[in-house]
Amino acid sequence: MTTPGLTTPALRVAGIAKRFGALTALREINLEVGKGEVLGLIGDNGAGKSTLIKIICGYHRPDAGQIFVNGDEVVLRSVDHARSLGIDTVYQDLALVNELSVYHNMFLNRELVRWPLLSNRTMRRRAEEHLKDMGVDLPDVTVEVAKLSGGQRQAIAVARSVYSDAKVLLLDEPLAAMGAKEGTMILDLIRDLKERGEVSVIIIAHNYAQVLDVCDRVNLLQHGEITFDKRSRDTSLEELTELVVAEYRGGRRRRHK
Amino acid sequence: MADTASRTEKPAEEATSGKVSALGRTLLDGFLRRREASVLLVAIGLMLYFRASTDAFLSRDNIVNIAQATAPTAIVAVGIVLLLVSGEIDLSVGIVAAFAPFLLHFAIDFYSVPVLLAFPLAIALAACIGLINGLIVTKLHVPSFVVTLGTFFAIQGLLLITSHAYPVPIPEEMKGRFQTWIGAGPWASITWALIIVAIFHVVLTRMRWGLHTISVGGNPVGATEAGIRASRIKIGNFMITSALGGLVGIMEAARINTIDPNIGGGTTLTFYAISAAVIGGTALAGGSGTIIGAFLGALVLAELQNGFNLIGYSANTIYLILGLAILVSMIANQYLSRLRRAGRT
Repeated sequence: MTTPGLTTPALRVAGIAKRFGALTALREINLEVGKGEVLGLIGDNGAGKSTLIKIICGYHRPDAGQIFVNGDEVVLRSVDHARSLGIDTVYQDLALVNELSVYHNMFLNRELVRWPLLSNRTMRRRAEEHLKDMGVDLPDVTVEVAKLSGGQRQAIAVARSVYSDAKVLLLDEPLAAMGAKEGTMILDLIRDLKERGEVSVIIIAHNYAQVLDVCDRVNLLQHGEITFDKRSRDTSLEELTELVVAEYRGGRRRRHK
Repeated sequence: MADTASRTEKPAEEATSGKVSALGRTLLDGFLRRREASVLLVAIGLMLYFRASTDAFLSRDNIVNIAQATAPTAIVAVGIVLLLVSGEIDLSVGIVAAFAPFLLHFAIDFYSVPVLLAFPLAIALAACIGLINGLIVTKLHVPSFVVTLGTFFAIQGLLLITSHAYPVPIPEEMKGRFQTWIGAGPWASITWALIIVAIFHVVLTRMRWGLHTISVGGNPVGATEAGIRASRIKIGNFMITSALGGLVGIMEAARINTIDPNIGGGTTLTFYAISAAVIGGTALAGGSGTIIGAFLGALVLAELQNGFNLIGYSANTIYLILGLAILVSMIANQYLSRLRRAGRT
């Protein structure tokens, strides 16, 4: 569907279908994201974005289709399994433990230990370095996550995934419920990841302007199918808006027949 | 958005304000941040008040009394804190405390097991009750409140059947050095309590187990997502609590020279321990708690009971005061933690 690049895509899904009882959530999804590429996934509520993400992160099993990681076909058994292959999902509010400090969250379940005690100093230093390296600006990594803003939390969650060697990051509405400043911070972070070119990102978002701004490519998901796939520079806000509005009008017409 | 703006502007505001107020704020901050601080002040306040009311309060004998009243509550409260932090509770621990010395008695007097073997055996059997609690809670997904209520009655039944509801003297083999060390010596129980408090304070604040306990209680979904095995943590904490309950039961039996199915355990010990944890600043909602705070909470409870006793209040009044004290400290805790959350970025 896209022009095949010279390198194998970091993640490719082919012919993915998923039904929940009588409801067909995904018909036949073909999608790929290259190494270091940022892909925007847009589409109306109920189009199947979340189902697709849940399949890619190993939560749901697809009824049909294949998933390839770096060209190798994989059958994702669980979220843990997907994560071990480098596919990591960042949920805004689920990821972090509010009661723990930033650096403990960064190392959650991968703590550095000098038995029997935690190596807090080392973890603190490394978390500081890594966050600084990623351009996440925090005054103090010892502060409890509960005291941070939504944007800061999101940034920490993303930074943690990158730190844990994630190769494909799935961001489910990373900009939802976030102020302009915060949103900019996250967008900067994603741009930064793009520049490094090590991590591929799939972003689900509703704000098309932001999607065009930060993504290399945009896919539109409608009624369980990818109906549109263009590079951001080859499309425009008007075109995306028109597509979605046309779908809405079409849907109305169909219903009114 | 307005919220975001105010958050980011705060540092500038702080920089312009005077150094003195900044220092004051830091100190106040630090004070509010340390949950143990407020309960420590209460403990010292009570000490001064009772000392002023009666000279006997700080006599050596009475300090031993207070220490011996503090220790059992504090030890069980250590387990309760771990459980509360991981989002669970144990109502059965008091009856485990009553049952454990009987297990010791059965092992020694009926099966001729040597004391030094029977003691760890009794503790291990107590821990098994925690294992059962934990397995039912995590594998069968029954709330711990209900599960441990069930085990409470079940063990009470077992205890009354096996003991015929009669107290027995402690086994002859237990007497002597073991009895003194485990609980009969004037400072034995409080020494154990301090050791256990110190160990588990480190476990909760400086070790992986504690970090994962906080994670499991604070954000079960996030912790599981990160690969932490929540059921293992919870089952472990149930077992620690039951084992500590068993230890307390044996300590108390050694101290009073009798194994009594009707005292030294049951609901009183459980409720005191939960109260101590809560007074000490542990949230019932999970995710945060302090073991040192729980120890101080146990001290406060012991001081209240002992002090009012010395002054000459009746036991009935003490319960009323205790109840009110728990309510007030819980309300204050809620209010303070809301302040903590709202106050700073």
